[in-house]
Amino acid sequence: MIGLYNYWIVIFLMMTGFYIVIARENLIKTIIGLNIFQTSVFLLYITMGKVTGGTAPIIQPGNGGESHGDGHGGGHGDDHHGPGEHGETLDHAKEHADSGASTVDHLVRSVGHNDDPATATDTVQHAVGHATENAAGIDVASVVDAAHPTVYHGVSYSNPLPSVLMLTAIVVGIATTALALALIVRIREEYGTIEEDEILLIDQEDEEVS
Amino acid sequence: MIEQNLPVLIIVLPLIAAPLLVLLGSRHLALPVSLAVCWSVFAVAVAMMARVMESGTITYELGGWPSPYGIVYVVDYLSAFMMLFVSGLGAIVMTYAPPSINREIPLSKHYLFYATYLLCLTGLLGMCITGDLFNVFVFLEISSLSSYALISLGKTRRAPLASLHYLIVGTIGATFFLIGIGLLYQMTGTLNMADIASRLHAVDGSRTKLVAFAFMTVGLCIKMAVFPLHTWLPNAYTYAPSVVTCFIAATATKVSVYAFIRLVYGIFTPEFAFESLPLDQALMIFSLIGIFVASAAAIYQTNIKRLLAYSSVAQIGYMLLGVSMANVGGLSAGIVHMFNHALIKGGLFMVVGCFVLRIGSCKLDDLRGAGKTMPLTSFAWAIGGLGLIGVPMTAGFISKWMLLTSALEVNVWPVAILMLLSSLLAVVYVWRVVETLYFSEPSEKAAVATEAPWLMIIPTYIVIAATVVFGCWTVYSNGIAVKAAKILLGIVETGATL
Repeated sequence: MIGLYNYWIVIFLMMTGFYIVIARENLIKTIIGLNIFQTSVFLLYITMGKVTGGTAPIIQPGNGGESHGDGHGGGHGDDHHGPGEHGETLDHAKEHADSGASTVDHLVRSVGHNDDPATATDTVQHAVGHATENAAGIDVASVVDAAHPTVYHGVSYSNPLPSVLMLTAIVVGIATTALALALIVRIREEYGTIEEDEILLIDQEDEEVS
Repeated sequence: MIEQNLPVLIIVLPLIAAPLLVLLGSRHLALPVSLAVCWSVFAVAVAMMARVMESGTITYELGGWPSPYGIVYVVDYLSAFMMLFVSGLGAIVMTYAPPSINREIPLSKHYLFYATYLLCLTGLLGMCITGDLFNVFVFLEISSLSSYALISLGKTRRAPLASLHYLIVGTIGATFFLIGIGLLYQMTGTLNMADIASRLHAVDGSRTKLVAFAFMTVGLCIKMAVFPLHTWLPNAYTYAPSVVTCFIAATATKVSVYAFIRLVYGIFTPEFAFESLPLDQALMIFSLIGIFVASAAAIYQTNIKRLLAYSSVAQIGYMLLGVSMANVGGLSAGIVHMFNHALIKGGLFMVVGCFVLRIGSCKLDDLRGAGKTMPLTSFAWAIGGLGLIGVPMTAGFISKWMLLTSALEVNVWPVAILMLLSSLLAVVYVWRVVETLYFSEPSEKAAVATEAPWLMIIPTYIVIAATVVFGCWTVYSNGIAVKAAKILLGIVETGATL
């Protein structure tokens, strides 16, 4: 559980942001909340790209060709990501030597008993729990071993793809925030306030007059 | 050369033109450039549809990278059909736009309007064409961000507020979609839709798959404005400039429905969504409640734009009703209703744009008696209204009829009865406007109004006429929709011929 602390941070940030969006009347604060909400997703992606014991999907001389053939159909795709998350699986299994499987159980059970309505909280737990389970299920460990005889223990590898995706998402986030702030500037020019309840009150008075 | 690169051309043209217009910064250049771009994009869409019907699915590898590594654009029956009517309505509305925006948008901002409009078009087309899940998110955000900007161009001070509300809700929706993509990537290690679909079987029964699906469905439902997630829509449509409302109402929500169809039928299977999960029942219930609540709300509106906005929420219900039936009849009814409703709602909002131009208001009170001073525009409303109700010989009838027959086919006759009842509500709200236009004493403003300029009347009539044409002649609209549905359900291969 502690080992997955980064997911807890993600969930905490996500819910904080979401709460701010829902609960705050001040438009700027709402936008900041939205920002935090988006940022938590960046973290989710980056943290899933970080893999202990993984390595870059480079075909090493000597063991390239054959091992790519097996796997499912287009072996390349598997290879591409395989070492990533499945590396993590391996690592888990080793860390919790005898209670390896129980890690998954734990997660699943804790979720089972969790009555917290915050679905997103469950989400990531499930995500992690099942990624682990799934990986074990389709026995990718052996695929990884076949493709990369050396599993780099203790090396923290970053899958570059999620990070690249997040660069795009950050750009989107900046554009959203910039646009939102520009709109708020216009709203303030027109209404003289950025408190939502006051704005709604002004609108209501307008309607009554007309 | 051009023929091979059609799929990328449809994205690149408007995407390059948009920043170009900003750099040029000239109002006089902006109009011809964007008209040229919109119509050539439409031409490309027509050419692609023809090629798909001739030789089956087109796959385009961007930068020459093969499918699981690189991003691919996939044009099949459904996406070609979507792009055809999205770009078609984009071009027609652009042709119709100048007189209306001259009145509703400050001259100094015109070139920005055109640039943003093209960006919005890019985003919508991109969502249809791409075969990469993350790319869908990027294009979704391109179209959303530009539509927030377009909506905020409205004249009243409510416009930026409506836009900001849409932005907040829309961003939450898009971020949900992004979380779903992340979870899917975590499970499958790929972003290519076809690749994800082939690998998802390996993780059947896992909760991550469930949660990913839940996040993406809710995210898209916000974008589709499914009841009860529709709250952003009425204000956004009401306070946006008329031209923007025409374009967004006709296209944006449908493209989200398209993305949802892809999600259910292309990535997760209908068995997963409708058999292991009760999503079909949930969609059916929400659709029906949405149809009734929104239609009832439309009856009580005094603002004609808001009336149509509520009617849009109801119509989305019909589309989802079809999608949730998961048989050829239902799915093709949903698909063809996207097309028919795009024409009907686009046409009706264009009529409203004409009224706003000449009368300066879209309140029913001010429109009283406009039938005498603006006969052509009012008549267009009457015809479009018949389509909205679903009277035979109009496009609306075709899709409702298909929906009805397939509802009876799967033995959900209560749904069929409710659909017929809901059409009566549509009669009420369409009739209220017709009555106001033709059978009331003219209001001060309507009495002095003149007929809208030809530049707006002609495009309006083209769209309105299309609703009648596609109500009588359904070889292409229905034929393509049925074929697309069969491909989605895996009944036929992606081959040629209808």
